[in-house]
Amino acid sequence: MKTLPLVEEFAYGLDAPICLTWELTYACNLACIHCLSSSGRRDPRELTTRECMDVVDELEQLGVFYVNIGGGEPTLRRDFFELVDYATAHRVGVKFSTNGSRITPAVARRLAAMDYVDVQISLDGATADVNDRVRGSGSHRTAIAAMERLAEAGFRGFKLSVVVTRENAAQLDAFHAIADRYGAQLRLTRLRPSGRGADVWDELRPTPGQQQALHGWLLEHGDNVLTGDSFFHLGAFGERLPGLNMCGAGRVVCLIDPVGDVYACPFVIHTEFLAGNVRDDGGFTRVWRDSELFQGLREPQSAGACASCGQFDACRGGCMAAKFFTGLPLDGPDPECALGHGEPLLVSHADAPRPRPSVDMTRRLPILSGGAR
Amino acid sequence: MSTSALGRAWRLDERVALRPERFGALAYNFGTRRLSFLKSRELLELVNALDVHPTARAACDTVGIVEAELPRYERALARLAEIGLIRERSAE
Repeated sequence: MKTLPLVEEFAYGLDAPICLTWELTYACNLACIHCLSSSGRRDPRELTTRECMDVVDELEQLGVFYVNIGGGEPTLRRDFFELVDYATAHRVGVKFSTNGSRITPAVARRLAAMDYVDVQISLDGATADVNDRVRGSGSHRTAIAAMERLAEAGFRGFKLSVVVTRENAAQLDAFHAIADRYGAQLRLTRLRPSGRGADVWDELRPTPGQQQALHGWLLEHGDNVLTGDSFFHLGAFGERLPGLNMCGAGRVVCLIDPVGDVYACPFVIHTEFLAGNVRDDGGFTRVWRDSELFQGLREPQSAGACASCGQFDACRGGCMAAKFFTGLPLDGPDPECALGHGEPLLVSHADAPRPRPSVDMTRRLPILSGGAR
Repeated sequence: MSTSALGRAWRLDERVALRPERFGALAYNFGTRRLSFLKSRELLELVNALDVHPTARAACDTVGIVEAELPRYERALARLAEIGLIRERSAE
């Protein structure tokens, strides 16, 4: 049997995702201005405990090693630990993202004692002023306190997760130092114009100079800093970053949202990228294997305007979500193309209507000061 | 390294799960929380056979790896040991 290079094998899709993101609830006690899922209020249609367990059963059957659980703030679900216990008992590992507000000393000890569980604390500024402008007043203190508790409980190697912005791009060494201080590993991801991120992307996205510096910084730190393949579009600066360097949407990854809708990736909560719902006949497995959307994504993709670019093999046109929500053609350059091909398109498409996310659970009432209560 | 990887006895780390794929297999270590890839079906067969053979070389013979290919598999096993996917058995 002839096999292809891994990236091509993955581009044509696998029978089951390698891992997937599962947003457990749209409820959140923060209101980050760049929230990918426009979270805030719980949706009354969210999956029940039993329905979540059924999804876990399917993932176990499919051989999915772990899920990236997020939200919203997933720990706000009353059955959060019940679901974590259920998943890990079925050999589906859990990595969950949290703002840290529910990581009490007792919870930290409980987490430290669990196999198959990884924790990711979100922080978007090494200093409180930079972080709290994005994540809300008091959220820096909350995240640091959570890391202190995890470290004290002996949880080694949890993740400190940072979305790189124009305001924190100069703080990468400081983030690294914070991670080191608590025995954590730094994870950097890309700011995407998804969810509420669409509203702040123009002001918060790193400048081209910062992108280039970031590429160099990531190369210097290699495998020690995780990126979830977030910055593969920067490969066009020259040297490729560690990782698969491909868009896995609908091919090796996907998103399950709190009401069970399955999207191609966590950054495209829009009807155009909705493949189905886990409540449909055949469940998640059938959506993954048979949905027309995912079948289409597994076909060879047109390089479009990028076809003649010498760096196409490095970046493969970049991120579908970043193009979609900035109103750019999907078969052209990434808006943050390393070679600068995105900038003129952003200018020429400036007046074109940008697609809005299909879900917006943003709270209408302002949250009280203190953020993470 | 005193003896080559082929001369020693190995087993899959108990925290590692394998998922066979057309190209080989996905391998996930629940301890280190790292995903890696076995890039051929032959390597997957070899890894699965390690456990019941006295040496990796014997496992190679069973799954039909020819002499000329041995150095390549020796390097692959050394790499798998390095990332903690397989463990030496004599160390137990």
